[in-house]
Amino acid sequence: MIAFENAAYSYGGGELLSEISLRLAPGSFHFLTGPSGSGKSTFLKLCYGELMPTAGRLTLFDREVRALSRDDIALTRRRIGVVHQDCQFLDHLPLAANVALPLTVAGRAAPAADLSDLLGWVGLGQLADALPPSLSGGERQRAALARAIIMGPDVILADEPTGNLDWDLSLRLLTLLVELNRMGKTILIATHDLNLIRQAKSQLAARVLRISKRRIQLAGADL
Amino acid sequence: MAAIQQGLPLMAMTSDRQADRVVPPSGASAWLTSFTAGAMTFLAVFALALSLASGRLATRWAEALDHTATIRISAPADQLPLQTKAVLEVLKTTPGIAAARAETPEEQRKLLEPWFGPDLPLDDLPLPQLIEVTEGLDGYDAEGLKQRLSAEAPGAVLDDHTRWRRPMAEAAQRLRLLGYLSIALIGAAMAAMITLAANAALSANAQVIKVLRLVGARDSYIARAFVRRFTLRAVTGSLIGAILGTIGVALLPAQDVAGGFLTGLGFTGFGWLLPLALPVLAAFVAFAATRTAAFRTLRRLT
Ligand SMILES: Nc1ncnc2c1ncn2[C@@H]1O[C@H](COP(=O)(O)OP(=O)(O)O)[C@@H](O)[C@H]1O
Ligand SMILES: [Mg+2]
Repeated sequence: MIAFENAAYSYGGGELLSEISLRLAPGSFHFLTGPSGSGKSTFLKLCYGELMPTAGRLTLFDREVRALSRDDIALTRRRIGVVHQDCQFLDHLPLAANVALPLTVAGRAAPAADLSDLLGWVGLGQLADALPPSLSGGERQRAALARAIIMGPDVILADEPTGNLDWDLSLRLLTLLVELNRMGKTILIATHDLNLIRQAKSQLAARVLRISKRRIQLAGADL
Repeated sequence: MAAIQQGLPLMAMTSDRQADRVVPPSGASAWLTSFTAGAMTFLAVFALALSLASGRLATRWAEALDHTATIRISAPADQLPLQTKAVLEVLKTTPGIAAARAETPEEQRKLLEPWFGPDLPLDDLPLPQLIEVTEGLDGYDAEGLKQRLSAEAPGAVLDDHTRWRRPMAEAAQRLRLLGYLSIALIGAAMAAMITLAANAALSANAQVIKVLRLVGARDSYIARAFVRRFTLRAVTGSLIGAILGTIGVALLPAQDVAGGFLTGLGFTGFGWLLPLALPVLAAFVAFAATRTAAFRTLRRLT
């Protein structure tokens, strides 16, 4: 679904990421770790077309990303649900409208029952009318996950989704992601929370990618 | 223009309200856009009235100078018929003169009636004889004719209308052109101001636009939210401006001692509906300006 071939990315200075060759197979579950500033968020941005590789090839759903038009990129993003590090809500719209936003911009209606089911599933049923700035960190992360999956995407990318959650909430979010993977979704989670990774590995066959020295490698079994 | 091909203003206005809500309402720029469109349209109504009035004037004057002149013969009564005959002879042999005709006493009486009443004892007055001259398509040599007339009939004076009417007709035409130019400039100024307002709204909503792109919105969807809003505002303002401007024109005094031009500064018949075309024009201007601004902003984003 997402395949890098000897790709690299640079913000203008030296290369931040080099010689990336990897593919996310359908139904796989990956973690991406690495120190802060190593390029985890940058890698995810490449995966949903916010950034273009500065060298090498990147194919999204079998299409070279640089050959995609702006409209193609918009359509591709409808197949990739992203939980952004800073959530990225529209602060003037209530939570339910924010969660339904991908449907709205695609010109589709969100059936009220489905929407409240979804909000119930992430435990936000009571907060449908709340404005995003009034939510706690954990509530925002769960709302972001709800928005990421509302289009029924094939791939879900999450950038430090448990970054400001306590352990109980982190576990709850992880459980949701594991559930989604069992439903067949391809999942990639950027995190430096090793406990979270261990917890996940006890539940399913998750693979761990690690960024070190600008390269992305599969981590050993020691994690 | 690509902007027009991709959707008419009307479609921008009727498309879904959902797209509208995803962009937060913006107070000041909204009302500035309406005000600008209103003020500009108000001015455009007067420019339009000016153009139409000077157009009518130019036509009227151009028709009048369509090729007539008058020769006035003042001479003692006993010489008048002789000189008249001489003048008609001269005219017959002047190249460029299509026809010449001495006015009958009846016609002369009619001309004078408004000033002196119907009981004018025409025969007792030393009235000049008038000769109506119709020139051919190519015109004639007025200077040459004058010289020949002064030789053949010393009492004859050529009153060449074209001489003072041509500059008037030209001035009127120039005025009409200026009026249309003003409308074009007003339109361009409106486009510029709406572009500024749209750019302000776009950069104030940069974060909103980014989020919309991230969740898979196409450029046309995002642009539509802004285009729809600005087009509606411009049309509303413009409609008010057009109505006020038309009322202003209608209230111009109808009677004017100076006569002519100033009293003619209005619309006639269906012309009163013409100011209503201005809001339509404003809609196109706002549509094109906002759409261009939106796509320019969007292209900088991934
Ligand atoms: N827009 C940008 N322009 C220039 N440098 C950037 C930009 N975004 C991130 N960086 C730099 O790239 C590096 C990696 O950032 P990031 O991908 O956010 O790392 P991580 O998510 O692993 O913490 C950092 O050094 C950061 O300063
Ligand atoms: Mg990051």
